[in-house]
Amino acid sequence: MTHSNFLKINTFLITLFLLISAPSWAGGSAVEGGEKEGFNPSEFIGHHISDSHVWEIYHGFMVHLPIIIYSEEKGFDIFSSANFYNEHHELVPYKGYVMHHEHITLASGAGVFDISITKNVLFLLLNATLLIFLFSAVARGYTKNAGRAPKGIQAFFEPLIVFIRDDIAKENIGPKHERYLPFLLTVFFFIWFGNLLGLLPGAANLTGNIAVTLVLASITLIITLVSGRSTYWLHIVDPLGKSMPWGGKFLLYLILWPVEIIGIFTKPFSLMIRLFANITAGHILILSILSLAFIFESVLIGVVGATFATAMNMLELFVAILQAYVFTLLSAMYFGQAVEEHHH
Amino acid sequence: MGAIGAGLAVLGAGLGIGLIGKGATESIARQPEAASKIQTAMIIAAALIEGAALFAVVVGLLGVLGGN
Repeated sequence: MTHSNFLKINTFLITLFLLISAPSWAGGSAVEGGEKEGFNPSEFIGHHISDSHVWEIYHGFMVHLPIIIYSEEKGFDIFSSANFYNEHHELVPYKGYVMHHEHITLASGAGVFDISITKNVLFLLLNATLLIFLFSAVARGYTKNAGRAPKGIQAFFEPLIVFIRDDIAKENIGPKHERYLPFLLTVFFFIWFGNLLGLLPGAANLTGNIAVTLVLASITLIITLVSGRSTYWLHIVDPLGKSMPWGGKFLLYLILWPVEIIGIFTKPFSLMIRLFANITAGHILILSILSLAFIFESVLIGVVGATFATAMNMLELFVAILQAYVFTLLSAMYFGQAVEEHHH
Repeated sequence: MGAIGAGLAVLGAGLGIGLIGKGATESIARQPEAASKIQTAMIIAAALIEGAALFAVVVGLLGVLGGN
């Protein structure tokens, strides 16, 4: 029974992939015919990993996303980004706004406050919706199957949730770990799902955007600072304790205080850079390998490259959960340092 | 220059992560029952080294992309 289900799902997935990828092959050949003057890999890769006001699912098929901008001169303005393109797909000014390299300004050159639904914002919302739907289903499972073994999607997520609670939160934070569990679980699944969504063909590079990781790391920083107990602050203000008289300590502290204060910020800063760079580097790597076929214009390199890129994609699937784990684990360790009660 | 920088960063990180792998496998061989704890420590240390390497990668990228 389960075996035939598995086969059915497999057949369905294969058909789906073929259907989705068929137009992109057609699109690919259109590119070769259209612009013969050479393939620019760095432009292609840069276009993929950066944010954009249009969502190009595959070449030539675009979803124009809404633009929401505010300027002192004109107030709020909402319109579709399709207005910036003419029928030849060239950028044109619209209503006194100019877009240049995805950067919108007034025609006079003055800056605007851009809060558009860009590709990354769209995927952020998609990710959030997915999490809300999935985890409200999991939560419903707990009320429905109260006292019984977990079922369905609940059974899939329970080991992960228990792993985060027991092996990450309890291990690193201690008895007060329950307060931090909502954040740790949210951040783990948010990053994991964001990474996986980013690996889909045509998707946005959500967790490879430094603004997204900046916000995630800032939340970790704020929680660490807010929950910091006296021992945590004493570690920063008086790290040497009673081992030395104040006269000698003070001279050392002239060097140690700046180091400790910088240390508060380097921890979340490294969280931010690690996630951003890992995911972006993975995307660049896969796209570079795929680009090799177009640079050398060889079918043989194309076959080898595609095989290698598939292997890299498998590695990226692992990196997706590893980075979510590392971010959650290090956040939990920072919280653990902040709430530590006794001195050693 | 960015490419040379990226190469040097990979050299350091590869050496570091290699040493962690060596240490972890040796410790697991000596004390197989502590394998899960050693694995956690190994991943944390590897992540920290990787973080340092990725700083270099980002600086290298900025060097390459900022030049244009």
